[in-house]
Amino acid sequence: MTVAVEESPVKKSYKWVGTRPVRHDGLEKVNGKARFAADMTKPRMIHGHVLRSPLAHAKILSVDTTEAESMPGVKAVVTAADFPPPSKNEGFPHRSSNLIAREKVRYEGQVVAAVAATTRRQAKAAAAKIAVKYEELPHVLTVDEAMADGAPLLHENLITKGLDTTPKQASNIAKRDYFEQGDLEAGFAEADVVYEHEFTTKVVHQGYIEPHACVADTSKDGRSEIWCSSQGHFMVRSATAEMLGWETSQLKVIPAEIGGGFGGKTTIYLEPLAVKLSQKANRPVKIVMRREDVFKATGPTPGTKIRVKIGARKDGTLTAGKAWLAYESGAFPGSWGMLGGWCVFAPYDIPNVQIESFEVVVNKPVNIAYRAPSAPMAAFATETVIDQIAREIKMDPIELRLLNAVEEGDYNHSSMVGTFQRIGLKETLEAIRDHPNYKIPLGPNQGRGVATGFWFNIAQSSSATVNLTENGRAVVVTGSPDIGGSRVSMALMAAEELGIDVKFIQPVVGDTEAVGFTDVTEGSRTTFATGMAVVRACRELVTQLRERAAIMWDCSVEDVEWVDGKAHHSGNKESPLSLAEITAKAKKTGGPLNATGSLEAKGQGPAFSTQICDLEVDPETGKATILRYTTAQDAGTAIHPSYVEGQMQGGVAQGIGWALNEEYIHDKKGVMQNPGFLDYRIPVASDLPMIETVIVEVPNPKHPYGVRGVGEVGIVPPIPAIANAIHDATGLRLRDLPMSPVRVLEGLNQQNGVG
Amino acid sequence: MVNVFLGSNLQRFTHGVEEVEVNASSVKSLIAELDRRYPGIADALDPKFALAINGEVIANPGYEKISDGSEVRFLAPMQGG
Repeated sequence: MTVAVEESPVKKSYKWVGTRPVRHDGLEKVNGKARFAADMTKPRMIHGHVLRSPLAHAKILSVDTTEAESMPGVKAVVTAADFPPPSKNEGFPHRSSNLIAREKVRYEGQVVAAVAATTRRQAKAAAAKIAVKYEELPHVLTVDEAMADGAPLLHENLITKGLDTTPKQASNIAKRDYFEQGDLEAGFAEADVVYEHEFTTKVVHQGYIEPHACVADTSKDGRSEIWCSSQGHFMVRSATAEMLGWETSQLKVIPAEIGGGFGGKTTIYLEPLAVKLSQKANRPVKIVMRREDVFKATGPTPGTKIRVKIGARKDGTLTAGKAWLAYESGAFPGSWGMLGGWCVFAPYDIPNVQIESFEVVVNKPVNIAYRAPSAPMAAFATETVIDQIAREIKMDPIELRLLNAVEEGDYNHSSMVGTFQRIGLKETLEAIRDHPNYKIPLGPNQGRGVATGFWFNIAQSSSATVNLTENGRAVVVTGSPDIGGSRVSMALMAAEELGIDVKFIQPVVGDTEAVGFTDVTEGSRTTFATGMAVVRACRELVTQLRERAAIMWDCSVEDVEWVDGKAHHSGNKESPLSLAEITAKAKKTGGPLNATGSLEAKGQGPAFSTQICDLEVDPETGKATILRYTTAQDAGTAIHPSYVEGQMQGGVAQGIGWALNEEYIHDKKGVMQNPGFLDYRIPVASDLPMIETVIVEVPNPKHPYGVRGVGEVGIVPPIPAIANAIHDATGLRLRDLPMSPVRVLEGLNQQNGVG
Repeated sequence: MVNVFLGSNLQRFTHGVEEVEVNASSVKSLIAELDRRYPGIADALDPKFALAINGEVIANPGYEKISDGSEVRFLAPMQGG
């Protein structure tokens, strides 16, 4: 279902935008022809294996590779000594330190060395012969442990940033962020209802199906070609060059198809190792992670502890909000607590606010983005307390949200953006309020929960090149890996601009030497920003097409208009010329037609999603079964509605897994106990109902087609929507994730005075 | 004048003051004026800092013009999934 709230800023209707053609890469994806990084083979290729730390925290006393180097088939071994020391201003903080351990290992699974050998088995056997002497250190796994007085330190020189007074002692608290607005005390004093609760969430993984993989082929001239799966091959190029101490011109990165990323492939893990092994061995080297490696050594999303206090008057007006948020960041500092602080009260116009957030290092893998990073945990706390207030004052939870929802012109000090531009939060709330699923009667043990979510989205740099062929077709080359249907979205916008059938447009993801610099596919930015680059290139091409028509007609270019894919003479003195008729004469009018578009995009629109979950709790087992799930999201304009719906459904599916099942489980030594999909349970099709979607279209005035980002915000509301539904079904308020059958049953037993 | 909001990591330069008014017409002149008034603040900015100008987020600011009466917020580097 699509709800168009306003006309688009550009045209009243489109011929191609908003249609649902089969994606250009669809057939290859379903018949197995699409080439992922692990499918790549090269002549003389050998295989790499990575040696990882078995300990959560230890000093490295020595690394002896002598025996490993003499093992059968071994062609190269690398350790930290093969890489330059980390630079202070590397593009992604601490990425070099995370690439390969130096003086210390700070989590189980951190890289210590790597081996390349003729076969994978030989490489693995040789890695086992690398002698590493460790001095084990005490570790910390949670924010409570890490923030405690006298806690073991991960970094002896980590001084907390953002405190009023710079501390003299190191700690595990990397950063504190603080916002305040209004008079908090007065705000709570005028409230009739005040609730304050503490929430915890566990570390969860993005769970992409394709493990990280790459092939590197380093030549004797000092250049290397890399085939890999990532969300941004230009990022792979710059980060790999930085970690090797190379020039970016020495590296060419060719993007393979990507089997899921969700933020987890916005950094690198293997590529510098493969390049260095290839250089030493003078052979192409392939490294493919096992699922265990993916869990133990690639970035999950942080575990958190969050306290939220909200006050409201009896009429539903929110008067004050206070939040204290502590986010794990894994073994090196990140910015997750700050992001959580930006999002925790963003949907609401609350006059008196105080937000304090912390970034805490722990002995776990370094956290990396996961769909709207940090927002779902913050929303779990806020949206649960909002639900509690709605029940207390006997107000419909959507009406309560509508009463306090931010809209254009509202100033929200804590949300980071300050004053909101045109946004669609209220429209998503109204879409859910008016949806038939909000009125379906519920049966015994069934409950309904509502929640809303915010994410700010990102713009950044994108490039596109559009080449017209001699027979009037177009090849659209961009630098954005396609992780959610972006190829067809680019083709649709190009079809709209050029006025030709979308099936005559071939969208291509170009390598780092085939197209201009493009930032990572992250932050729901590709259809927005890379789409703008494509539109720019197409508009330049239309100018060229008009000039060529003018040459063919021997008239002024001002006399040529471009309408529906054809050049028209303004005086109707000539018959219209189609794009194909003009490109067919290109050699006689000046040569091939092509154009580029590049920009540092600005003006992305914040995204909002409101969702309702109906579920049933089995009182004997504690298992919550999702009966119905409905999500309404402001897409701005849906370029290809099927892929917008896919993003909305994907976010909800992952949020359901996060809410009900997923968690990293560690033993007392800090060793992960469930690094596989049998024990780390993500939702499968049989766990989920059809997730019903309502695309709300409040066009973003800063995009030529009104696009906002759609890839992330869908994961923000599911956790509180499910928690609120469980409460509706059982009366239980669960504030710790996951809400697994065991936890629900514990709660029910306590409620019933059992056990 | 431009209203500038500084995050807690920058408030140590302003003795805890979060909102300051600065006479500037561009991002470049804004940072120069802030650094003149609060020495060291320019160097303390994250090399990849972002800005929100009147609610519009700019991931890589540098030379943007800022109109009188604008609201400018300094942000840490942006990340998404």
